Amino acid sequence: MAAPIIEARAIHKHFGALHVLKGVDLQVAERELVFVIGPSGSGKSTLLRCLNRLETPASGSVVVDGIDLLARATDINRARQRIGMVFQSFNLYPHMTALGNVTLALRKVAGKTAAEAEALGLAALDRVGLRDRAGHTPGQLSGGQAQRVAIARAIALEPRVMLFDEPTSALDPELVGSVLAVMRELRQDGMTMVVVSHEMGFARAAADRVVFMDDGQIVEQGAPAAIFEAPQEARTRAFIGQIQRH
Amino acid sequence: MLDTFFNIEIMKAAWPILLAGLGNTLLLSATVVPLGLLGGLILALLARLRSPWVRWPLMAWVDFFRAFPPLVLLIFLYAGLPFIGLELGGFGCVAIAFFLNTGAYYGEILRAGIDSVPSGQSEAARSTGLSATQTMAWVILPQAVRNVLPDLMSNTLEVVKLTALGSVVAMPELLFQARQAQSLTYNPTPIVVAALIYFALLWPLVRLLSRLENRALRTG
Repeated sequence: MAAPIIEARAIHKHFGALHVLKGVDLQVAERELVFVIGPSGSGKSTLLRCLNRLETPASGSVVVDGIDLLARATDINRARQRIGMVFQSFNLYPHMTALGNVTLALRKVAGKTAAEAEALGLAALDRVGLRDRAGHTPGQLSGGQAQRVAIARAIALEPRVMLFDEPTSALDPELVGSVLAVMRELRQDGMTMVVVSHEMGFARAAADRVVFMDDGQIVEQGAPAAIFEAPQEARTRAFIGQIQRH
Repeated sequence: MLDTFFNIEIMKAAWPILLAGLGNTLLLSATVVPLGLLGGLILALLARLRSPWVRWPLMAWVDFFRAFPPLVLLIFLYAGLPFIGLELGGFGCVAIAFFLNTGAYYGEILRAGIDSVPSGQSEAARSTGLSATQTMAWVILPQAVRNVLPDLMSNTLEVVKLTALGSVVAMPELLFQARQAQSLTYNPTPIVVAALIYFALLWPLVRLLSRLENRALRTG
């Protein structure tokens, strides 16, 4: 395995008295798609949010694309341009059009001119199949479209890795497919992705590795088939059994 | 009756005086509203800081100036500051008093507006590399202002009405001028005209406000 593009070591995180992450290590190779699964409260979203420092770990280290995110000297705003993130609730800016959402960081952070930003923004919307929705506001989009605009907002900055925090959990079942299709295309283009999600079908089809977390720790990880078909740990078995019944 | 309250001759005579007063009321409003908004914005942004060294003084400041009657504050500035060698004049005193008083109110409104924007908005913005300041300016504040627009307008309405307080420190705004004209003519007509001018000035704002409030109720 080449040098990992994401390297998190011994991460601890507390929320008040709650010990949410208890020494988590996670390495992700370039072009790898890693799925993180686990019961709610297992710390998987917190782990993901540590990978772009939306949460700051109490201890440990997080290095992404060679940048030590926890170092004092690191310009976190520059680092975050290389780390795209997609949220469960889309978090599109409701006071802007789809294009406005995609171009804001291009103009304000990446220093593009309005014309450059618009061209890049339209190209990004094109990649998620929504170029014709550029002038729509988030309120005029379906959930699936909104999430694809959110993906466009992230990929417009040409990140080196993409983090997905339950990207399809807020969607009606019939809209999930369109978002997964976009993610599959990103995957084919070689994007490194860390996905917190329970979309097992997608995990089986697309993931290189599945990481099972429980109680702030990584319990077990391996190829999707191994984790889903032949989990070694009792907690993993219990969890897989539970979600497969649904 | 008509001669007393709607005396045409007196209206004609008082008109230029009232017009000058209206000009000053507008000038005063155009000064204190932006000043109050600026003060309010500063207070609302300071309220985001979690340090107790900011929090407690800020709360005391806001509480104090919301509880302090603006008329008393104004008279205090006008009558008190000269004792420490500060002669600010009527306009200066009104500007400062309103900055302190109305800034506290605008501050609370803007703070509520900022709090009303879901935290996911700022997380999304920060995740694309926007700095905290850029996030506030481009993502949070536009939504915050939109969410509390009726309250901001309602407060602005109050502020414009309160500029009449300037009359007690000899600031020649509309009410002061009307009272001058009234005492010169021994007739209340100028006051009636001043009231009509206030109404004409503020009524469109009141209408707009009700429309906004109705819309907020519908989309609420």
